Amino acid sequence: MKSKKRGSGWRTLWHPNFGAPAALLILYIANAVFTPRFATVSNTLNMLLQVSTTMLIAVGMTFVIASRGIDLTVGSTMALVSIIVALLINHGMVIAIWAALSAALLIGLINGFLISRLKLDPLITTLAALIMWRGVAQVVGDGRIVPFAHPTLEALGKGYVGLIPIQVVIAAVVVASAFFCVRSTLFGRYLVAVGGNEAAARLTGIRTERVKYSVYLISALLAGLAGLVETARLAIGDPSKIGVNAEFEAIAAVVVGGTPFSGGRANVLGTVVGALIMQVISTSFNMLLIPFTWSLVLKSLIILFAVFVQRPQEV
Amino acid sequence: MNQATSTVLCMTDIKKSFSGVPALWGVNFELQAGEIHALVGENGAGKSTLIKIMTGAYRRDSGFIEYGQNSVAFQNPTEAQAVGIIAVYQEIQLVGFRTVAENIFLGREPHSFGIIDRRRMNTGAAEILRRLGLHINPRSPVGSLNIAHRQMVAIARAISFGARVLILDEPTSSLTQTEVSVLFDVIRRLKSQGTSIVYVSHRLEELYAVCDRVTVLRDGRNIVTQPLTTLSRLDLVCHMLGRKPDQVSKGVTAFAGRPQNAVCRSVLLQAEALKYQHCQGSVSIEVRHGEIVGLAGLLGSGRSETARALFGAQPLDDGTVKLEGKLLELRSPHDAINAGMAFLSEDRKADGIIPELSVRENLTLAALPTLTQWGIVSRKRQDKLVNRFMQRLSIKAVSAEQKIHELSGGNQQKVLLARWLCKNTKLLLLDEPTRGIDIGAKGEIQRLIAELAEQGLGVLMISSEVEELVEGCQRVVVLRDGQSVAQLSGEQKNLQAILHAIAEGADCQQAVGG
Repeated sequence: MKSKKRGSGWRTLWHPNFGAPAALLILYIANAVFTPRFATVSNTLNMLLQVSTTMLIAVGMTFVIASRGIDLTVGSTMALVSIIVALLINHGMVIAIWAALSAALLIGLINGFLISRLKLDPLITTLAALIMWRGVAQVVGDGRIVPFAHPTLEALGKGYVGLIPIQVVIAAVVVASAFFCVRSTLFGRYLVAVGGNEAAARLTGIRTERVKYSVYLISALLAGLAGLVETARLAIGDPSKIGVNAEFEAIAAVVVGGTPFSGGRANVLGTVVGALIMQVISTSFNMLLIPFTWSLVLKSLIILFAVFVQRPQEV
Repeated sequence: MNQATSTVLCMTDIKKSFSGVPALWGVNFELQAGEIHALVGENGAGKSTLIKIMTGAYRRDSGFIEYGQNSVAFQNPTEAQAVGIIAVYQEIQLVGFRTVAENIFLGREPHSFGIIDRRRMNTGAAEILRRLGLHINPRSPVGSLNIAHRQMVAIARAISFGARVLILDEPTSSLTQTEVSVLFDVIRRLKSQGTSIVYVSHRLEELYAVCDRVTVLRDGRNIVTQPLTTLSRLDLVCHMLGRKPDQVSKGVTAFAGRPQNAVCRSVLLQAEALKYQHCQGSVSIEVRHGEIVGLAGLLGSGRSETARALFGAQPLDDGTVKLEGKLLELRSPHDAINAGMAFLSEDRKADGIIPELSVRENLTLAALPTLTQWGIVSRKRQDKLVNRFMQRLSIKAVSAEQKIHELSGGNQQKVLLARWLCKNTKLLLLDEPTRGIDIGAKGEIQRLIAELAEQGLGVLMISSEVEELVEGCQRVVVLRDGQSVAQLSGEQKNLQAILHAIAEGADCQQAVGG
């Protein structure tokens, strides 16, 4: 109890409900002052548009990390979804989407089985799955890029509701449901209990296996949704490019947003803020004509800083 | 004792604290050449701290260690190893897919011109194994050996380092009876070759079978060091538990003076012939409605295992569990909870509390499904429940939203108890419910347990404090090496009888019926 005092200056600065939003605000205001045409409605909407797929994946990743796991498969899930949709779109949109999301769920089911039932290490398991499913996606697509034309599906990625891109609406709905889920549902409460102390959760009667299963299913489903949106926007099925590095962007957003890697807390809104911070950096560097590579350096520093201030406290 | 024996290792006035909490208060330990020296004590006695200081894993705060004729201060285990002090732990550190010989010589492979000399390695390993009287092929991979033989390989590795002092930490905990006798042969052989052995175990039989002297620690202090031939089992147990059989202490717990409803109510729990791995005997227990039954025994006697198995948290090899006459199939705690059981583990931190969650969330965790509609938890009902139980158990917290790990041990325990009381619980399994809790809270929890029993709950309580069992329980079942050896109630249920049963087993008291 006493040790809480030590180093609390930095910690309150990066308190999950305070530090990241403050950083985002500062970044945004600084850019509004220094970057021409940054703080406009169209640029802001554009940034939201660009971040929305990352946001979807990052929300799923928040669940996984809160359960003390990790899911590296998400980018490959997007790729598989992308090629399945592109190949089946001529048989009708419903069939294509249904098949693609089923494939995503299957990936989640397999991950869940390996990790919660066979107790394999999540990092290695999903790393293997990452390699495998990207491979499967390319085999399914025969290594080609598959373009398609389907206005209804493409609207998912390009359409607007009033001023707001449909993608952004989807992301907002997902974020809101995830927030509610963590806060108020039985599953959400079980999730943080399992992540916080799995042995204790089990002894309280929580079926921890089921919780972990669900977490990987949710992550896969949201990755599938992200893949769908991305494919719709590009109007191509591209198993070698879509979703590359998506898992890392998602993990970065989660970490910067204040969900600890040690599990036990799921900060969905923090993840949103984390994703936005990353996006603001990319966009502003781009607009200021600073080479893209420098934005990577700054992002990595921010990730390290976030991990540093969240490091486990000595008790 | 042979007067000519010389002292190999002498530790004097060793003190060690961890973040201000003393673990050793000035402990002496003396080991002679060719001696098998038992080191025993209950939880928190300081055995493992002492061993770690011996092997250089920890550094002492003060005190002297003399090894041979020199004063030593090991900075790390490698330094201790280099002069011949080596520990073989329960979790054996070997490389599974390398051969026996490779494991024995790992890191010190005989080589010429940078190339490992396999022939020399294999003959060297064979020589050491022969010295230990073991028939193990040095070329077979360690992964293909059984646990006992792996342990022998670990010992052989220690010998190959030229161990003069070998520390065995609970070496028999995962061995079968025959494997134990192989281990004993090896130990005796080493002794005859002049190696000194520090033997840590809770099994009294083994101590008397193989050890020369014993040092008992309790709460970080020396209690006694004596040849085992002059120390009776009863005295040894009394030293370990810090009780004297003729000691009369009444009214030391909050249980004292409470009416013990002797009226026989109907049977609640009936557990028969429970068996776990590596144990010879079996455990049978019966708990009635409104009854507190105590489980007594030394550390490692199978008390916690019994409670965990009853709760479905640990697999049973054999046996049946009936609750209110209904046969239960216990695959997980979930099943046990549905049947109406509840369990407080002995280690609150490891598998009790969810540290980062609030008092409210910890308290309602087990009852959550009953507070949920359409998958959504009702915060209102949650708050109502939490307020009620925080008041009833007088849980002291800043608010229900305070994180549980910030509470004192006693208050944490109350929250965990409340976790089960707000559910429909029939049988409470309590594993050391008052350990590590300040006196005030301890009394409150004892009173609460008694009240709950008066209301008709069945309670099975494990405790290392014999007074708690004598004053709190209607009946006490004594366990020893995974076997229920005595069942005491009424007049027979006193300190002396319990200590006696722990020390001597069934032969002194009436055996437990089926």
